[in-house]
Amino acid sequence: MITAAGANAQISDNEIRIGYLADMSGAYRDLGGPGGLEALKMAVEDFGGQVNGAKIVLRSADDRNSPDVGANTTREWIDQGKVDMVAGLVSSAVTIAVTRILEDTNRLGLVSISASSAITNEYCTPNHIHWVYDTYAMANGTAKAIVKEGGDSWSILAADYAFGHAMEADVERTVLAAGGKVVGKARHPLASSDFSSYILQAQSSGAKVIGLANAAADTVNAITTAKQFGLTDSGQRLAGLMVFISDVHALGLEATQGMQLTTGWYWDQDEESRAWAKRFFERTQRMPTMVQAGIYSSTRHYLQAIKDTGSDEAQAVRKQMMATPVNDMFTRNGRIREDGRMVYDMKLVQVKTPAESSGEWDLYKIVRSIPGDEAFRPLSESKCKLVDTKLAAKS
Amino acid sequence: MTLFDIPTAALFGQLMLGLINGAFYALLSLGLAIIFGLLKVINFAHGAQYMLGAFVALLLARHFGIDYWTALVLVPVLVGLFGCLLERFLLRPIAHESHLYSLLLTFGLALIIQNLFTNLYGSSGNAYPTPEVFRGAVNLGFMHLPLYRGWVIVAALAVCFAAWFVIEKTRLGAYLRAGTENPKLMQGFGINIPFLITLTYGFGAALAAFAGVLAAPLYSVSPGMGANLLIVVFAVVVIGGMGSIVGAVLTGLAMGLIEGLTKVLYPQAATTVIFLVMVLVLLIKPNGLFGKEA
Repeated sequence: MITAAGANAQISDNEIRIGYLADMSGAYRDLGGPGGLEALKMAVEDFGGQVNGAKIVLRSADDRNSPDVGANTTREWIDQGKVDMVAGLVSSAVTIAVTRILEDTNRLGLVSISASSAITNEYCTPNHIHWVYDTYAMANGTAKAIVKEGGDSWSILAADYAFGHAMEADVERTVLAAGGKVVGKARHPLASSDFSSYILQAQSSGAKVIGLANAAADTVNAITTAKQFGLTDSGQRLAGLMVFISDVHALGLEATQGMQLTTGWYWDQDEESRAWAKRFFERTQRMPTMVQAGIYSSTRHYLQAIKDTGSDEAQAVRKQMMATPVNDMFTRNGRIREDGRMVYDMKLVQVKTPAESSGEWDLYKIVRSIPGDEAFRPLSESKCKLVDTKLAAKS
Repeated sequence: MTLFDIPTAALFGQLMLGLINGAFYALLSLGLAIIFGLLKVINFAHGAQYMLGAFVALLLARHFGIDYWTALVLVPVLVGLFGCLLERFLLRPIAHESHLYSLLLTFGLALIIQNLFTNLYGSSGNAYPTPEVFRGAVNLGFMHLPLYRGWVIVAALAVCFAAWFVIEKTRLGAYLRAGTENPKLMQGFGINIPFLITLTYGFGAALAAFAGVLAAPLYSVSPGMGANLLIVVFAVVVIGGMGSIVGAVLTGLAMGLIEGLTKVLYPQAATTVIFLVMVLVLLIKPNGLFGKEA
């Protein structure tokens, strides 16, 4: 091949192949799921379906929250489909398995849904970037704010798998650092339906705050049950550490009003986000979650990097993505660190009361912005192999 | 006050919650046992029918303003009719085949129904309001019992008792039991056995739907709610003895209590304890605690 020497400066097979891997049918479907695929399509359409003449080809699969299914699909995509980038990525366990393959085969992963902060810590690779949120930032944002307001004794209820454990540890660290204490901990299996006994235990623990280190359907169930047992009436308060707009929408304002939570993005945060959310709503009849917005944002940033470098080789694209600040409907001045973490300003929000809300999706008021450097784990504490800790400590 | 180093308040509280869960186990395993008793069908669609009950109640409230009490009667009838159609047009054609066919059929149906609802309504669940009269809680001394949960125990036990009464003490029940023993002979006596079978499956589905409506205000109404519960309920039926009605109800309640007790003594084992009991029962009494000797 005459052009072999310039392989780095061209688009392989003259096609950009993107695979969307997510939970399309299980407990986490509403966070990313089919809506996330729609957001991905929007990003592709905004580039006219091609970059520098190379067509963008999409494929998608349901990983059913199983690391085996996720890893096998990714292998097949890369071996047979010559996929360049994998987007979506929900369960932290799936993501850790998939990013290992991406590192071996030098492809790129844009992680928008997984929560475990270990993904850019002990499990970091030069082949993936973590967008939206992680357990460190979520715990940090919500727990710190609540301890400051006097909620200084905590009981933590966590989902019993990688994500819940990471969240539990991150919450405990935040609460202790802020001068609070943790008086009780309990773990429940993923996708539980009966939370009454955990709520009863938490109620008798005497903690001022019950921290929910779970997500989606589990959070919804736990909050519903807590309400029935009069947890909040007896002076205790609930802290959802991982709450999505889809959860608040499902629970209704009556049950969630006044709750403080951390979010990476809210559809009503500014003019650009509103315009984008409106487009999304017209296609799906739902307002986007922060995850779905993140999928659009990360894919757009990725495609722009290919456009600028003229290559879809993973390291060239990653380098370009890191060199360019993220400025779009998702955030201002987001930047990608060497550990793969996209650092940007998170938001502490409060759920509106029914009287304050003007519509079905008018759910949050923004309390304050949490600067990225305060929200995410500092590089000086990083265990990532890509980070020179001595250098990071000095800076 | 403590008992064996465990605060009695916590103990009674967990036992109370166990009784509530047990009431659901009893209702669901009763339906399974009735269906297995007459049809010899292992109804894997039972969880989906329970979920349907909750969802139909939710949709009726949302689109037609139908309240909880009407739904409690109407929804089991609707889902029961749906069950009758399933039996007549899907299960009957394969009734003479091995049990494996009906098991796979109902399992497939459950997946289709569950995923259909996931596609239409998402997976995060929907809130169903607690009926006005049962808002609030009553102080039992050892815990605050939400009134609605108290009602769940009463309603579930009443329905279980009614079902037992119909099957054991009435003429219709006698036909049913006789049909289970010797369908050919009963047919000879002029009893319409195929019709009785359709009705039985419909009744089993209706019981599941009734449990679903009861559960709607308790848990969020989500497409996965039945699948989570079904495996435990199967274990309950196996412990009680396949096809035994009294066995299903009593075992359901007992397993709820054992689960509640485990949550106090050794919480990590709470999700496993029922299966542990199942293994022990199968080893010692393979036909189940209330099952007839083969």
